[in-house]
Amino acid sequence: MKDLLVKFLKPYWKQITLAIILLVVQAISNLYLPNLNADIINNGVAKGDIDYIINTGGFMLAVTLLLAICAVASAYLGSKTAMAFGRDVRRAIFYKVESFSQAEVDKFGTPSLITRNTNDVQQVQMLVLLGLYLMVMAPIMAIGGIIMALRQDVVLSYSIIIIVPIMAAVVGLMLWKATPLFRSIQIKIDRVNQVMREKLMGVRVIRAFVKNEHEAKRFDEANRDLTATTLKVNRIMAFAMPSLMAVMNLATVAIVWFGAGRIDSGAMPIGNLTAFLTYIMQIMISVMMAMGMFIMVPRAEASAERLSEVLDTEPSIKDTPTPAAPSDIKGYLEFRNVEFSYPGAEEPVLKDISFEAAPGQTTAIIGSTGCGKTTLVNLIPRFYDVTGGSILIDGIDIRDMTQQNLRDKIGLVPQKAFLFSGTVADNLRYGNENATDDELWHALEVAQAKDFVMEMPGQLDAPIEQGGTNVSGGQRQRLAIARALVKKPEIYVFDDSFSALDFKTDAKLRLALKGETAGSTVVIIAQRVSTIMDADRIIALNDNGIIAGIGTHAQLMETCDVYREIVYSQLSKEEIA
Amino acid sequence: MSEDNKPKTLPGRQRGGFGGGRAAMMPAEKAKDFKGTLKRLINYLKPQAFKILLVIIFTVVSVAFTISAPKILGQATNELFGGVISKQLPAGMTKDQVVAGLKAQGQDQLAEMISGMELTPGKGVDFDAILRILIILAGVYLLASAFQWLQQYIMASVAQGTVYRLRRDVDRKLVKLPLKYYDDHSHGDILSRVTNDVDNIAHTLQQSLTQLVHATVTVIGVLIMMFSISSLLAWISLIVIPLSLIVTMLIAKQSQKQFIAQWDSTGNLNGHIEEMFTGHNIVKAFNRQDEAIERFDEENERLYKASFKAQFISSIIHPAINFLNNLNYVAVCVIGGIRVANGIITLGDVQAFIQYSRQFTQPIVQTASIMNILQSTVASAERVFELLDEQEEIPDTDNPIVLDDIRGHVKFEHVYFRYKPDVPLIEDMNLDAQPGHSIAIVGPTGAGKTTLVNLLMRFYEIDSGRITVDGVDIRDMRRDDLRKNFGMVLQDTWLFNGTIKENIAYGKENATDDEIIAAAQAAYVDHFVRTLPDGYNTVLNDDASNISQGQKQLLTIARAFLADPRILILDEATSSVDTRTEMLIQKAMAKLMKNRTSFVIAHRLSTIRDADNILVMNNGRIIEQGNHQELMAARGFYYDLYNSQFLGAYADADAV
Repeated sequence: MKDLLVKFLKPYWKQITLAIILLVVQAISNLYLPNLNADIINNGVAKGDIDYIINTGGFMLAVTLLLAICAVASAYLGSKTAMAFGRDVRRAIFYKVESFSQAEVDKFGTPSLITRNTNDVQQVQMLVLLGLYLMVMAPIMAIGGIIMALRQDVVLSYSIIIIVPIMAAVVGLMLWKATPLFRSIQIKIDRVNQVMREKLMGVRVIRAFVKNEHEAKRFDEANRDLTATTLKVNRIMAFAMPSLMAVMNLATVAIVWFGAGRIDSGAMPIGNLTAFLTYIMQIMISVMMAMGMFIMVPRAEASAERLSEVLDTEPSIKDTPTPAAPSDIKGYLEFRNVEFSYPGAEEPVLKDISFEAAPGQTTAIIGSTGCGKTTLVNLIPRFYDVTGGSILIDGIDIRDMTQQNLRDKIGLVPQKAFLFSGTVADNLRYGNENATDDELWHALEVAQAKDFVMEMPGQLDAPIEQGGTNVSGGQRQRLAIARALVKKPEIYVFDDSFSALDFKTDAKLRLALKGETAGSTVVIIAQRVSTIMDADRIIALNDNGIIAGIGTHAQLMETCDVYREIVYSQLSKEEIA
Repeated sequence: MSEDNKPKTLPGRQRGGFGGGRAAMMPAEKAKDFKGTLKRLINYLKPQAFKILLVIIFTVVSVAFTISAPKILGQATNELFGGVISKQLPAGMTKDQVVAGLKAQGQDQLAEMISGMELTPGKGVDFDAILRILIILAGVYLLASAFQWLQQYIMASVAQGTVYRLRRDVDRKLVKLPLKYYDDHSHGDILSRVTNDVDNIAHTLQQSLTQLVHATVTVIGVLIMMFSISSLLAWISLIVIPLSLIVTMLIAKQSQKQFIAQWDSTGNLNGHIEEMFTGHNIVKAFNRQDEAIERFDEENERLYKASFKAQFISSIIHPAINFLNNLNYVAVCVIGGIRVANGIITLGDVQAFIQYSRQFTQPIVQTASIMNILQSTVASAERVFELLDEQEEIPDTDNPIVLDDIRGHVKFEHVYFRYKPDVPLIEDMNLDAQPGHSIAIVGPTGAGKTTLVNLLMRFYEIDSGRITVDGVDIRDMRRDDLRKNFGMVLQDTWLFNGTIKENIAYGKENATDDEIIAAAQAAYVDHFVRTLPDGYNTVLNDDASNISQGQKQLLTIARAFLADPRILILDEATSSVDTRTEMLIQKAMAKLMKNRTSFVIAHRLSTIRDADNILVMNNGRIIEQGNHQELMAARGFYYDLYNSQFLGAYADADAV
């Protein structure tokens, strides 16, 4: 955590120094105030000296005003620094993640990266905000309090040695008891949420299987469990404040008793007793503040560690410093003995994949789940780098191009059609900002999306919600296809992009697509044989990521068992012929 | 059943942090009917009335003790002060003699002060008296703490008990709500009522409510004490109240604006992060990192500014109030000093008064912020009550007909149905499904295929006409009895967080392991399950992402096998299931359908062609009905649909 704090707070060292100075001034005036109080009582009220009261009172107000100004100024600097720190860390994380290849994203997991970029930054920022205040205030108040208390009366100050450990013990006991329970509460809240979410998602199934009672029981268990644990914690916490108050108050009583003796013997003036009590209070409060830090620091530390992990990760895919000159040919794709294994995996997912594709040709990939189809196409835009062999586009190894150049050539339609929040047009122009409306409509028409976009309010300007949740799965897929079309790439990659379409739309779309992709290479993954029967080249992958057969539908029907098995599972004899 | 993907809410956007929740510092949402909802919430607490009464009594007692403490401490100081002064006076004289003597010496002020004190000149400090006072004081302090503890202890069970009931009631209510409610409300919305809103109420009950009682009693008690000591000083202190309130409100108003801005930009920024990270591949594939970063920077800067301002402005309150307090302190000291000098009040009283005045502003500021919290709590309560007030499903009939061994004869007779009153959907639908027959439902997306299923299971109520099973109107049966006869395998496979075994066993209560394994074997998923390290005890994670879509579907088929219903509703998968698994699914489904009346929302031609009856639906109507040969011969909508499916295949055939 230290490294992270040092690194990101360094630019603000001037503000921080100033804030610390202001806090020190604050702390000192805070400590000085009880002294003035004592003076007012000792020399003013007790002696009936009104002038003295007014003068000292005026001075006291001046100190208070200074205190207030310092407090506001340090709050200004403190919050500014803390928030700037948060902003900078957040930015650093975001930049870093944007530079990651898929391999690094996989390593952390998307949800985890999101949490790191949001909640974890928040946690550490919180620590900076409060820490700046607490870490300066608590020690100064404690030490200053002790010094001032000593000045009031040395003998009475020995009481601190007894009181502070008792307080620390009380607070420590509470924390020791409650902290694990707090953690388990969080788990139990999650459990209640989980059961509820499952019930909401599965409402039809639950009703269909007549499982309401079973579900009610499941929820009640989670609910009861959460309630019981929360009750336990709250009961422990109910003890916290009263017991602390009791310790503090009894300390006061004891001090008055012993103080009385000191006063009677003339060792201490009476006004000092009140001041002494105030200082003791301050010491106790700073002990509590310090305890608060002890709770906060470990939590922030865990977050900081998670942040450092991201910041210390280097993207595995970087641009070559010497990109090759662009080639004259366009729309050629070649896999040369490509092998790929995921980081840390024992076995490669893909082995010895070789094929060539020219413009106007369609290459289809088929095979069972987990055989590496998506992995194969993910290698083309360099989401991952091959671990053996090479991939060439237009005769150039893709590792010798910049990522920007490479990806400009590719139009990807992923398995999960992901749309961004914005309008339909925003989404379509994602790959080509300068596309005209006509071009957009044309792409929509090819993608069989024109009809429903026409019906949407605002048409091209119709809003799309985050993730595209306000359009159906089939519509989402068609918009994603249109998005790729607008880009007019050299290489189209369709990763099982027709799955949510009904047969009729699927067929129409493929027909329209044919005219559109004439000058490009098309790589297509499909589950339905009917979708790919007319491909120029079908690659059937077996379960081990090896090519089981490569050729046209007719060729593979004769030579390839894996392919035949797939076909027979979907079509009856007459349809195949 | 529908295709909508459930939006996943970002962690932290719902609860906690600056980003979420309805935390105390957040601008309060206003309830639509504050008074009514508050009343209802209080009503909800009624079963705990006795405990709450105890809490209030204990609070009052605890505060009374706390408040009397400074006064007692003041007595000790008086005793001490008197003792110290008396020591300096000649022994043997009476107080009056001393006062007279001092006056004679011209020390009028000192004389007046001493005349206001109780002392015996020359006696010195009376330690016995001080000890007595201090023992009482210690007792008072301990009692104050003890009662405070008791009060919070009891309140914990009040709060948790209430919240438990609230959650339970919501859960029970959800069971009774028609599916329409689920269609109209997002899961996030419902979930947030059960969790965030209820948590919010819990927190308020546990903390804010007792604080409110505590603060109110304290203010009243302190005021009484202050006036009993010196009404003049009390009035002076009272000036501080409106001042503090005004200052607090002014600053709070400004900071709330900033908190709203902060809230907004946190939402925007988190949304952007979530979107960019989720779509990482797309962003990269389309070379849009720079735009992503640009937008991030904008939002990030906006968040920085808003949160800085919010933080800064809200941190002004404390020093400002502090200053006012000190102002008050000096005023009390000056006037109190004069009065002590004049012998009108004692030093101990002034000190007690100062202590009281210090205890005085804090609960007032606290009350102001509790009011804010209370507002958002009532808004939360309103949302929860809203849910509890939703219209429930029509209750089951009082004299239900129970069919024991049904054959599975399903009939739709002149059925009309609309989701929305002004959008006609199913009109005059007739259908006769003989026992053991398979009915394929085909048609374009949105043709009303799932609606048919919804009506059959009585998830929705038909507007007119009737649906019968073995000749009995489904409305004459209990819903549970009706649904027990149905088995459902949906595309939207629903598995819950639990082991595979538990998930399969969902189809039948008290299923034995053998039955479960037999069902899995029938669904061709046994082999797969056994390859998993934990076999049938493999725990499916939250969204069951540790097994593939196809395997999920096989598990739901196994579930249906175990349930062994007479009537089946199947929804064939269109989405990414690999071909091998697909084959297994098909085989399993075919096996499952044997000898059962089955309704299949079909996408596969083989299923459709083998069906005894094909319903071709478009725009909520059955436009064609018959078997494959009949429909092909009719050369209608079905004929078109069938041919279009093999467009690609035909094109290829032409080429060969």
